[in-house]
Amino acid sequence: MQIAQYTKAQSLTEAWELHQKRHSVILGGCCWLRLSPQRMIQHAIDLSALGLDTIEETDGEFRIGAMTSLRSLEVSAALECCTDGALKEALRHIVGVQFRNMATIGGSICGRFGFSDVITLLLALDADVVLYKGGRMKLEAFAATGAGTDVLTHVILSKAGRGTAYASLRLNATDFPIIACAVSGSAEAVRCAIGARPSRAVVLRAVRQDAAAQGPAKMARQWADAVSYGSNMRGSAEYRRDMAEVLCRRLLERVMGADV
Amino acid sequence: MMNIAYLLNGKKEKSDIEPGMMLLDFLRSKGCHSVKCGCETTNCGLCTVWLNEKPVLSCAILAARIDGQRVTTLEGMQEEARELALYMGREGAEQCGFCNPGFVMNVLAMVREVTDPTDNEINEYLSGNLCRCTGYASHLRALHAFIKAKGAVDV
Amino acid sequence: MKEINRSVMKKDAVSLVTGKPVYTEDIAPEDCLVVKALRSPHAHAIVKRVQTKTAAGVPGIVCIITSEDVPQKRFTIAGQTYPELSPYDRLILDPHIRYVGDPVALVAGTDVAAVDRALRMIRVEYEVLKPLLDVRDARDNTVIVHSEEDWKSLVNVGGDNKRNIVAQSGEDWGDVEGELDRAEIVIDRTYHTKQVQQSMMETFRSYSYLDAYGRLVVVSSTQVPFHIRRIVATALDIPKSQVRVIKPRIGGGFGAKQSAVMEVYPSFITKLTGRPAMMIYSREESMTVSSPRHEAYVHIKLGADRDGMIRVISLESLWNAGAYGDHSPTTVTLSGHKSIPLYNQYKAFRFNYEALYTNTIAAGAYRGYGAPQGIFALESAVNELAAELHMDPVTLRLKNILHQGEKMPAYFNETALSCHLEQCLLRVRDMIGWDRKYPRQVLSNGHIRSVGLSLAMQGSSISNVDVASATIKVNDDGFYSLSIGATDMGTGCDTILAQIAAECLQCSVDNIVTYGVDTDISPYDSGSYASSTTYLTGKAVEKTCHTLIKRMKARAAAALQCHHTELLEFDGTTITDPDSGHCVSLRDLANGAMCTNEIALEATEAHFSPTSPPPYMAGAAEIEVDPETGHIDLIDFAAVVDCGTVINPALARVQVEGGIVQGIGMALTEDVILDPKGRIQNNSFMQYRLPCRMDMGTIRVEFAPSYEPNGPFGAKSIGEVVINTSGPAIADAVYNATGIRFTELPITAEKVYMALKHKDCKTQ
Repeated sequence: MQIAQYTKAQSLTEAWELHQKRHSVILGGCCWLRLSPQRMIQHAIDLSALGLDTIEETDGEFRIGAMTSLRSLEVSAALECCTDGALKEALRHIVGVQFRNMATIGGSICGRFGFSDVITLLLALDADVVLYKGGRMKLEAFAATGAGTDVLTHVILSKAGRGTAYASLRLNATDFPIIACAVSGSAEAVRCAIGARPSRAVVLRAVRQDAAAQGPAKMARQWADAVSYGSNMRGSAEYRRDMAEVLCRRLLERVMGADV
Repeated sequence: MMNIAYLLNGKKEKSDIEPGMMLLDFLRSKGCHSVKCGCETTNCGLCTVWLNEKPVLSCAILAARIDGQRVTTLEGMQEEARELALYMGREGAEQCGFCNPGFVMNVLAMVREVTDPTDNEINEYLSGNLCRCTGYASHLRALHAFIKAKGAVDV
Repeated sequence: MKEINRSVMKKDAVSLVTGKPVYTEDIAPEDCLVVKALRSPHAHAIVKRVQTKTAAGVPGIVCIITSEDVPQKRFTIAGQTYPELSPYDRLILDPHIRYVGDPVALVAGTDVAAVDRALRMIRVEYEVLKPLLDVRDARDNTVIVHSEEDWKSLVNVGGDNKRNIVAQSGEDWGDVEGELDRAEIVIDRTYHTKQVQQSMMETFRSYSYLDAYGRLVVVSSTQVPFHIRRIVATALDIPKSQVRVIKPRIGGGFGAKQSAVMEVYPSFITKLTGRPAMMIYSREESMTVSSPRHEAYVHIKLGADRDGMIRVISLESLWNAGAYGDHSPTTVTLSGHKSIPLYNQYKAFRFNYEALYTNTIAAGAYRGYGAPQGIFALESAVNELAAELHMDPVTLRLKNILHQGEKMPAYFNETALSCHLEQCLLRVRDMIGWDRKYPRQVLSNGHIRSVGLSLAMQGSSISNVDVASATIKVNDDGFYSLSIGATDMGTGCDTILAQIAAECLQCSVDNIVTYGVDTDISPYDSGSYASSTTYLTGKAVEKTCHTLIKRMKARAAAALQCHHTELLEFDGTTITDPDSGHCVSLRDLANGAMCTNEIALEATEAHFSPTSPPPYMAGAAEIEVDPETGHIDLIDFAAVVDCGTVINPALARVQVEGGIVQGIGMALTEDVILDPKGRIQNNSFMQYRLPCRMDMGTIRVEFAPSYEPNGPFGAKSIGEVVINTSGPAIADAVYNATGIRFTELPITAEKVYMALKHKDCKTQ
């Protein structure tokens, strides 16, 4: 990997302007930069001087800077409480503490990796993202398009009353997930994300009453069947489908608790 | 080339570097030979150093990122490492030693962050540090003894 | 005993934990040329043309080597004692490409960037050939991996390169077919284990330079310095006197570094250019062009009576050598020799084997050296027999296992002089709570707890082959320096051997300095492999001490004017003449020896062993299976080991724990998957999953020491036996939990789940 020019941006405007050039890259945690030895980056843009590494809490939401490390999210008591521990569960398997000190939420989201635990959970939580030019939008919409030449600055997580749970299956504790599922339920609706299919996570929804009427087993089967799966070294499509059903059912049981 | 200014093991330094240079290679070139490369894919933890007192993987951080920051390697933590060595040595838990520097840096970060960690907490905090020799059990024995002794001194 | 059976801290512990620069790369000269290899993407091909001209023009490139530039003498990279049993089937660079990653060219330059750039600019024209990827098809296949005329086997091990055969042989003892006919029950099953990677944390690396005498000095992270000297000299076609090999601290080996995986490349560059050169394998190279465990298909036929007496064991091993024959003729023999003797009450046994070439990574030596494949098969079959008989596997074993004093027909007719196998089994049964937990318990959450167990054995050195020696000198003030040719690869032999010397010389371990290894200085040792160091080099140290004490007494006799040297008494600090009461201190003796003296206060002794006394082990696993996902959680692993006298309990315990966890990796997560073109998909720690500390339950270790009369202070080996029980014990626990018998490792959650799903389908 080669970098021709490295700029620690002094403003978002500068970062955005640099990012309009060809072969420019916004650096996140850089965790996997080294995995592409042939890669030639003309402009590497570093956002670390822009104060985007904080978690701000207001009455209604969390505003998380794109450069916030996964470790900061993991140890945030407020986020742990708000997600019923699901965020911690989604993060604690990711490689190791050192890695999570480096990896950023912005990098995790912009990478739009299929195996991403972070995106899977945030999709279930119906998070928003904020782009420098594009403004605020749903993560679900962003996940389909990516940042393009825009700059992701924040992730916004609403505090809306809900229950959340996360589960994944892995070959061993620190591996990529074979399948990852997250479910969150409010009084009105239940929302589920299935990731590591192995391609990008997808969102499924149900009205709470319907989900309760159907019961977790039926609901989970319906969701698992609604999604397509692929095979790779970590698992076959068939195994993934079946596991999506098992995990969704277990998560639904946890989230819906007394309803069922 | 670009110029960076940083604190390395408490010493102010400046260097000219290629912008694509990784911190691991940079630190070794600065004579910090404790920093080891084990995997190239961020999975082994051998290259763990501290960036502003937080453990990170130097194989995956651009050296450019340390501009204006504090970097600590095991060379800068010798006193504590020697203490830990007695407990590791008693259990034979150092074995081949190649994973030790990264492991020790993460252990020293852990004891600053987590008080009286349980087996589970230790295993979780250090899960990014692979070791092929020991099977990890001796690490737990050594660390509990080390933490206990440290606690006794601190009190 | 003062120093034996004591947990002495390793002499290098503080240096290692504090991160001192003691490894190969840390101490290399700064001006080393960077050496890298251009590798074939094809599994089977002929290199037609290599265009290097543009690449050679890259600033900083010093030379580019292709197959035309290297000596045309074949060699093996297997680090083994004379007479070498592995075929001479390699060249430094060979136009015939035999697996993905076989080197096509070597590039040497002043910096990494230049070398990487040059590598990208070399153009290679290949004639791509059909690869042979499945060892089951290898014998007499039309694809011939080694068609060369100069293929050479120094010893006849049944090899025939034109038929893809590296080695083959067989042995019947007793009436095998008759006993199989008479047996009331026969278990007939084939077991498959894959090419597991040693995955030591320090990848392969070596640097070389010419010294003041113009000799080639090779500094290498190796387990076998003396074999590296021979291999490098042979490959470079230079006299062995022109090569010196030095081993610094090693970041783990586990057998991987019992092969000269890459030493010949930088050595050749140094010889050619006269400049220091270093090669450091990337993790990817260490996973794809290295020396993993042999893939094996082991076919077992186990004949028994209804009362549980095993009448006959037939074990037939098919060994995937891969592209080259390194360690194939030898590892394959252990699959039978280190498994069948466990059940010594048979009336007949058969052990047949064949090792065949394919166009896959060449396998080599890995902890256990063939025994894990054989033991996984045999132990699994014994567990299956127990299930068929509805008999507790412990009971079945107690009826059939080997006991001390018995002659072992399947082990070269050696007698088991030290064997606490039964004690190991009984104790491990209690430790794991077998009687309460066998076979399974269903928990309230639907998960299933179960237990499984296995026995194991190994050897201690290669009998009648391996040679170990030690030199001890008395120095100023009476401190001793111990020179060994055995290589400490983190295991602690520098310390353990000093403990043995300290015990003999009645001094503290701190009074003994250990040095190893420099082939110019150190006494000869076959190397640290085959579970030989404590047992064999330990005995050499013991012998050396006795000789040294004699010499010290001779010197003391002169000083004390005593004529009965043999009557003098040495107590570690003084030598006393009991008749006169006169004495001389060790300090005075040592310092006096540096003035007007003609008795050298040093000794060297060599040792070999006519027997290879097996260490034994019983291992039991407790697991928890989630039947809905197939996920296996390891709860507990209990192990009891008979390694004879335990010289250093702390280091022995870590050996056991480390071996068990490597075995767990092989059982549960470590998988090598080839794509249809023969490329290894699990080529990094991201894709090849070593156990991490969150995966482990508790591991509990105890010892049941017998006393081996041929070992130093009764010791046997420990390094290898400890990897053997994890696979079969876990596989049996999975069976006890699910009713499904897995005959292939690793056992992943998906395999368990799918098997359960299909079983349910069948029963419905």
